Amino acid sequence: MNNPLRDPRDRRLPRIAGPCSLVIFGVTGDLARRKLMPAIYDLANRGLLPPGFALVGFARRDFATQDFAQIVHDAVREHARTPFNEDTWQQLAAGIRYVTGDLGDPSAFAALNQTVATLDAELGTGGNHAFYLSIPPGMFPTVVEQLKSSGLSQQRPDAWRRVVVEKPFGHDLASAQELNRTLGEVFPTGSVFRIDHYLGKETVQNILALRFANAMFEPVWNSNFVDHVQITMAEDIGIGGRAGYYDGIGAARDVIQNHLLQLLALTAMEEPISFDATHVRFEKEKILQAVVLPDDLATSTARGQYAGGWQGGELVAGYHDESGVLPDSSTETYAAVKLLVDTRRWAGVPFYLRTGKRLARRVTEIAVVFKRAPHLPFAVTDTRELGNNALVIRVQPDEGVTVRFGSKVPGTAMEVRDVSMDFGYGESFTETSPEAYERLILDVLLGDPPLFPRHEEVEQSWRILDPVLEFWAHHDKPAAYAAGTWGPASAEAMLARDGRTWRRP
Amino acid sequence: MIRLEDTTVSAISEAIRAEKNRKGAIAVGMVLTLIVVADEADQADALHAATAAASEHPMRILGIIPRPGRTAAQLDAEISVAGDEGPGELIALRLRGPMAAHTASVALPLLIPDAPVVVWWASDAPKSPATDPLGLLARRRITDAALAARSRAELQEHAHSYAPGDTDFAWTRVTPWRALLAAALDRPHAPVTGAEVAAARSNPSGPLLAAWLHQALGVPVTMRASRGPGITAVHLHTQRGDISITRPDGTKATLQVPGYPASEVGLRRRDTRDLLLEELRRLDPDEVYADTLAASPHFHADGP
Repeated sequence: MNNPLRDPRDRRLPRIAGPCSLVIFGVTGDLARRKLMPAIYDLANRGLLPPGFALVGFARRDFATQDFAQIVHDAVREHARTPFNEDTWQQLAAGIRYVTGDLGDPSAFAALNQTVATLDAELGTGGNHAFYLSIPPGMFPTVVEQLKSSGLSQQRPDAWRRVVVEKPFGHDLASAQELNRTLGEVFPTGSVFRIDHYLGKETVQNILALRFANAMFEPVWNSNFVDHVQITMAEDIGIGGRAGYYDGIGAARDVIQNHLLQLLALTAMEEPISFDATHVRFEKEKILQAVVLPDDLATSTARGQYAGGWQGGELVAGYHDESGVLPDSSTETYAAVKLLVDTRRWAGVPFYLRTGKRLARRVTEIAVVFKRAPHLPFAVTDTRELGNNALVIRVQPDEGVTVRFGSKVPGTAMEVRDVSMDFGYGESFTETSPEAYERLILDVLLGDPPLFPRHEEVEQSWRILDPVLEFWAHHDKPAAYAAGTWGPASAEAMLARDGRTWRRP
Repeated sequence: MIRLEDTTVSAISEAIRAEKNRKGAIAVGMVLTLIVVADEADQADALHAATAAASEHPMRILGIIPRPGRTAAQLDAEISVAGDEGPGELIALRLRGPMAAHTASVALPLLIPDAPVVVWWASDAPKSPATDPLGLLARRRITDAALAARSRAELQEHAHSYAPGDTDFAWTRVTPWRALLAAALDRPHAPVTGAEVAAARSNPSGPLLAAWLHQALGVPVTMRASRGPGITAVHLHTQRGDISITRPDGTKATLQVPGYPASEVGLRRRDTRDLLLEELRRLDPDEVYADTLAASPHFHADGP
């Protein structure tokens, strides 16, 4: 319906979600406490949640609603981004409910249905409910089936029901398709929101602004000028207590399939005809369809496992010594792949993707490395210290953009050396960036889909990655790399074969 | 902080440059220059609010404090560069004697190159902000009708002299009300047939809210005088009953929508820093404000 009070010229008005509730399954989990609850509070504090918003927790543990409210309170106190405000909290607390039960128990879902109906009457949530599945993916079919049989997933013309799922979206193409079928049987495509929290980050959205709002980048954004692209997501932590999730999954499935391929899509895609969800997703899908693997996977992929040792002045355990990891586990904690994009724009430009745990520092960046100038009118010795020009989009931390180019060193001799020009988000921008989860949860409640990958994109990513996983499964175990370094020697060798080196991010 | 007495603008520029050099803070990008014009009595609060806003908008704040009088012309400056008290630079300038009438000549050399300029009159505002010498330097000009002795008359003046880029805190203060009303109409509702706004008698925000509702909804809107503080209630009449927001005490508000239970909503009156932050977020002309301001004189008199 057209709201006469919403004028497109009026940019002071925030987008506030309509009346609704968010039901979180697995609400006692780590993600719920560290990210979801604080994000909901921050949204409330910024006035972006509707009056009478309800938050319903569902988990096996037996709590009274007050106990649960206390847990939310503590989580908010500890992790929220915005300062604690008693008024905001009181408003939010009025809408908090808790339902105890087993995910497989129909009577628990009947109770949930009752709770939700009561909220509609008491708080005016209007039959609009989002179900956030913060639970192991193995449980999705059970919960989705329960949502269906209890009638909770029933859409009405004047009220919506949505489902939110977190990665991993399957562990290969077949399982991803299976998951999509399960969700699709109960929820229509537009009601399924797959959260890739990277896409909620301001810097990631800025990739599109940088490319398509400016005149100076797009002309050189192609194989005439670009030599190659490096996309890195490095973590300095190990797997912590997450062996149960991580062992058997590994770095490629955990990070490359979703985050890195999404970053690749945003970096490489053509200009969409408009910025609405359909057109942006269409272009992303198109570029993912054009991604191919090199013929020889032995020379174009690398993997490794971190070994114990000293990392940044701290003695850390190796992957095999982490509790819960199988002693002969061949799960990789570092993965690098070389990908090609079969389009005119990117012909011959390799995209190198790498990710790993226990690397030297936590950083995510996209580096577009340019070709050297075709002719250098200097003596060879003058430009010995000049590297390739590069444009680096720093996704985290220190969000911003770095441009590297050559400059003359002061002095009587001509000597050209690389210098950096930095743009820092924090330095130039007005609003403090909201957390990715704030943006994404708000978008779910608003029903605004551009930042959520569609199942076609997920399936394309698995199509790209499956042969690599297959290849690795039939070959040697991953090589060990020392904790706190930039990965195994095989990764260095992989780039050296192409006459290139990894950037030190 | 550096204090320079009886100084010149060139000496001030040099002092800023040297101090930044010393701290290695050259690379920090200032996004805008905010000129704050304030009397000696108001300057401390105004500059404090501006410095607080600089945490989100790294900017150079030029505090212009005119001290007209019979003394000789003299320029005194207090300089704090980025890092002293947050990411902004603060240059408080006292213009004594005849110099007080030539504020723009002092401000012009101290503007950040190629960055937008915003001017905020934290005490009395000029009759026509856009043609004021400092206003001419700026892309956005912030006034506050609520400071004037006759606030609603002041707002009428602004309506006459309006130029794109003008804005007023009386309008900024209405944003949370507008956001809530828009959210209330996001859900299915019966057509709105009329509206009523209740506000303190002298409050300039009330007529703006009424004018906005009138413009957007195309229905008759009446103004009612209340005891305040500020705006105390808005009612949108529909065939199924009133959609109302009431805020009797300036802090907590209640939203009532026919067919739904009443709910409490946060609608605290905001402090100057928050108002300034909202204004600095967008620097392009606010067309909705222009339309609303033009329509607002009809709502200055309180209704039956």
